[in-house]
Amino acid sequence: MTYRLSMIALSASAAVFLAGTASAEQVTFVSQGGAYQEAQTKAILDPVAELLGITVNQDSSPDAWPVIKTQAASGKIIWDVIDTPAKDCIRGGEQGMIAKLDFSKIPNAGKMPAAYKSPYSVAYEFYSSVLAYNKDKFGDNPPKTWADFWDVKKFPGARALRNHPLATLEAALLADGVPADKLYPLDVDRAFKKLEEIKPHVSVWWTSGAQSAQLLADGEVDMEMAWNGRVAAVVKEGAPIGYSFNQGFLQYTSLCILKGAPNMETAVKFVNAALTPDIQANFPAYIDYGPGNPEAYKTGKISPERAAEMPSSPENAAIQVLVADEWWSSPAGEDAQKRWASFIQQ
Amino acid sequence: MTKSTRNPSELHERREQRLMLLLLAPALLVIIILLVLPLLWLAWQSIWQDGRFTLAHYERFLTDSVYWATFLQTFRIAAIVTLLTVVLGYPVAYVAAGAPQRWSILILTMVLLPFWTSVLVRAYAWLILLQRNGIINSALTGSGLIDTPLRLVNNEFGTVMATIHILLPFMVLPLYATMKKIPGELTMAGASLGGSPMHVFLRVFLPLSLPGLIAGMVLVFVLTLGFYITPELLGGGRTYMVSMLVSRNIEVYNEWGAASSISVVLMICVFLVFRLASLLIPFERIMGTR
Repeated sequence: MTYRLSMIALSASAAVFLAGTASAEQVTFVSQGGAYQEAQTKAILDPVAELLGITVNQDSSPDAWPVIKTQAASGKIIWDVIDTPAKDCIRGGEQGMIAKLDFSKIPNAGKMPAAYKSPYSVAYEFYSSVLAYNKDKFGDNPPKTWADFWDVKKFPGARALRNHPLATLEAALLADGVPADKLYPLDVDRAFKKLEEIKPHVSVWWTSGAQSAQLLADGEVDMEMAWNGRVAAVVKEGAPIGYSFNQGFLQYTSLCILKGAPNMETAVKFVNAALTPDIQANFPAYIDYGPGNPEAYKTGKISPERAAEMPSSPENAAIQVLVADEWWSSPAGEDAQKRWASFIQQ
Repeated sequence: MTKSTRNPSELHERREQRLMLLLLAPALLVIIILLVLPLLWLAWQSIWQDGRFTLAHYERFLTDSVYWATFLQTFRIAAIVTLLTVVLGYPVAYVAAGAPQRWSILILTMVLLPFWTSVLVRAYAWLILLQRNGIINSALTGSGLIDTPLRLVNNEFGTVMATIHILLPFMVLPLYATMKKIPGELTMAGASLGGSPMHVFLRVFLPLSLPGLIAGMVLVFVLTLGFYITPELLGGGRTYMVSMLVSRNIEVYNEWGAASSISVVLMICVFLVFRLASLLIPFERIMGTR
């Protein structure tokens, strides 16, 4: 039904590609493109290809979900393994488009916390939504919690939040005094009520990561919620920006496999290999996102200094809130997303 | 004389018509394949989902307040932009049309120059000018005129400013073309009959320039309706235009049907605007062919 022209082009190009490399075992891996996928190529994909002696074909899509749906609907499955927010894997699994993972064949995930796994997905890479602030503006007394972010008397200044409810509703609830371990299921009404409070003080609702970085670097806002990788990049450029992982929102993308994937067996082997602690430990060398498998921190490959900058290091993970993808992919979560647009516009 | 003998000029005309069609065929084919078919497909998706006919996506226009608010804001911005481009563009076109040729070339070049810069680059240029620590606010606070920086961007104001900048040529050029064709003798005649300059302008020049004015207004209005990058970058998240509603429906909700229905409704709005305008002046004149 939702068969699209781009898919024809995609399948044609994939067919050409497959014809050339028909001899070796192979797998088609899909991520979000850009610097992030380049980093993965060096950190994960090349080592995995070498380890298994397979060919890893790559494709990228900023948002895999519509393409998953299209491939499933048209019955032409081209992709094998996808790196995408766990919520896509879970709802995809529930709708019969994503395969159940056989964890007996993925021993490397054995020691990972249960919260990092679902029947359809396993955590691959972590990032975090943190509170970043302008050091020149706040000096020794910066905002440290979401309650501080909401306190416009004690911490006056322009603010920015992401134009998306995910992690933003959670922040509102923490600011309103909900304990971190009692966030889910989110009290959506309460969260939106709290957001109404801060709305007049939010000068920008950012939509892209690049924009959030720009707002900090240009001094357009004094504090904002932004992804740790973006903030770290701005700090590296020498902007007077500080941040901490305290009350950060830990999020991750997961690996999952399409149902009816053309290279199912290799795909499972690929997922297991990609979670090898020693290979996962390569992430911090290339990008400011943390390994999905916490065992990576025990390999000795990641220095303590670097680990302190990683959202998923055990110390940092402990002071953050793990965003519950199950809740966001539930009907209540989808409703909250739909409600967001009317909140922003009024 | 039998019937088979035809008028040679008629024969010639038919051959010419056939040749014209042949010459047009590649262009027509491209338009049908790349424009007409996708548009039909778009419309189809908005009423056909999961193997069944549905009007659910259109019902949302009646029930969802976000849809209303978005269309309202889009039309309001389009109206503001159109009015302000008239205020800014009319005098420029007037001066350019009246000036000696080398001056009018210079003026038109200055109007067109920004036109060749990408919309994205210009959006960021406005950001640099208008933001809190931007050039304008720094100058204003530095000179002591204001204490706290003005909120010039990341809102509707910044969006309108940048949109005007981008669309001004679409106002100036049709106006200039029309004004250039107004014979100077007419205004002279008006003046020689005792009309004051204001009177002559209002009674002679302005009515004669109306086709260009309406053409410019329609172009600017319609183009603003579809703006995406500018409100996305300069609107601060709260300037929400129809094109953004379309993209959100795909990116966030993955609702192709909903996105299609919005596009169809916006397209109908655009057709209506053209239809209304063509009641005032012929369509060919809006598009500048005559």
